[in-house]
Amino acid sequence: MIRVVLPAHLRTLAHVDGEVKLDVQGQATQRSVLDALEACYPMLRGTIRDHVTHQRRPFLRFFACEQDLSHEPPDAALPDAVATGAEPFLVVGAMAGGA
Amino acid sequence: MSRIRALVGTRKGAFVLTSDGKRERWDVSGPHFGGWEIYHVKGSPADPNRLYASQCSSWFGQVIQRSNDGGKTWETVGNKFAYDGVTGTHLWYDGTPRPWEFARVWHLEPSLTDPDTVYAGVQDAAFFRTTDGGQTWQEFPGLRGHPSAASWQPGAGGLCLHTILLDPTHPGRIFVAISAAGVFRTDDAGKTWKPMNRGLRSEGIPDPNAEVGHCVHRIAMHRARPGVLFMQKHWDVMRSDDAGESWREISGNLPTDFGFPIDVHAHEPDTVYVVPIKSDSEHYLPDGKLRVYRSRTGGHEWEALTRGLPQRDCYVNVLRDAMAVDSLDPCGVYFGTTGGQVYVSADAGDSWAAIVRDLPSVVSVEVQTLA
Repeated sequence: MIRVVLPAHLRTLAHVDGEVKLDVQGQATQRSVLDALEACYPMLRGTIRDHVTHQRRPFLRFFACEQDLSHEPPDAALPDAVATGAEPFLVVGAMAGGA
Repeated sequence: MSRIRALVGTRKGAFVLTSDGKRERWDVSGPHFGGWEIYHVKGSPADPNRLYASQCSSWFGQVIQRSNDGGKTWETVGNKFAYDGVTGTHLWYDGTPRPWEFARVWHLEPSLTDPDTVYAGVQDAAFFRTTDGGQTWQEFPGLRGHPSAASWQPGAGGLCLHTILLDPTHPGRIFVAISAAGVFRTDDAGKTWKPMNRGLRSEGIPDPNAEVGHCVHRIAMHRARPGVLFMQKHWDVMRSDDAGESWREISGNLPTDFGFPIDVHAHEPDTVYVVPIKSDSEHYLPDGKLRVYRSRTGGHEWEALTRGLPQRDCYVNVLRDAMAVDSLDPCGVYFGTTGGQVYVSADAGDSWAAIVRDLPSVVSVEVQTLA
């Protein structure tokens, strides 16, 4: 079981409170976690990764275990602590100010 | 008695304003989708309780929302706007080629006859349609494939297709406007498109009379006379009497002919409204006065409408999609400002009152007249 923490706007969009818990088949990677997330919550498609390129949207980052995993390959294994559910996978919106 | 429902998009959410036909007392619902930019909300003429909203943010991209109950509840629908075929290039601000890249939906135009069919104008400029209530969207690539497209350049807000007008008397005829390419018309429901910019003159482009490259801010038509179009261009207010084939200037005695919105009275096809803005480098009202200008002669002669509007120290703007009319008699006229006010006139512009004064900056206003 993988725990995912979403930014507030995406929790609202997905109608969830708190963490999202996902069953991920096979190895836990950014891609497999996001695939499982989007399968459970189709309204999140396109909001974290681009629909076509599957690139992470520029103002979002992926953190876990006090590390920035944003630039890790999408098929790289996530830390064991994430794979076992001991630590959450964090989807973080940039604190980029704005109007 | 008829009711009015105004659909307001702002920089931080959508609001639904409702009133009876007197248009004096209003209920305010919202913010819906709080914190998100709502570029446009519009209802289906075929089913007024079917609404569509364009919701977007720099962080999370594009979301499309649909309501089946007049805005009480909403559901997300499809948000995949993929260009069809080869993604070519247009010109960037510096004149270098830049690949087409989807940014957001500026305008949603529901079909006149089918609540599940909606047209979408997007940035970077392209024309999409859904026929399944927003679940899936398909581009009509003929517009972006026009031979001039490689030379299109963005306006300050981006290379956006911001206006879609459906001709109620010619099925298949649709007008769109793109900043800063100009007006295009299709007569075959979106397959092929022709530029419709003859008569426009724009300083600041290499050929002021070019076929394409004009920063058209907004076009409007009266449903009963769709061959006549009115245009607020970057500078100049224009009119076409031949469905866009040619244009002539009707700025007349306006204090400035820069501005964004333009709209037509519901029952008087020659009564037109604009909101002059000081200049393209200032983007606020001239002389600190909020004045709507009305022409009852189809242009040239304009009168300032000021009763109920602030006439000192007012420096807001009114954006291109932020004016609308209802179909009651007398005609109601509505507009929203970048200062968060939404004003109504229940007497065709003679007098005005604020429905709300402190919303987030208003991007769009649409109005439904409900039985």
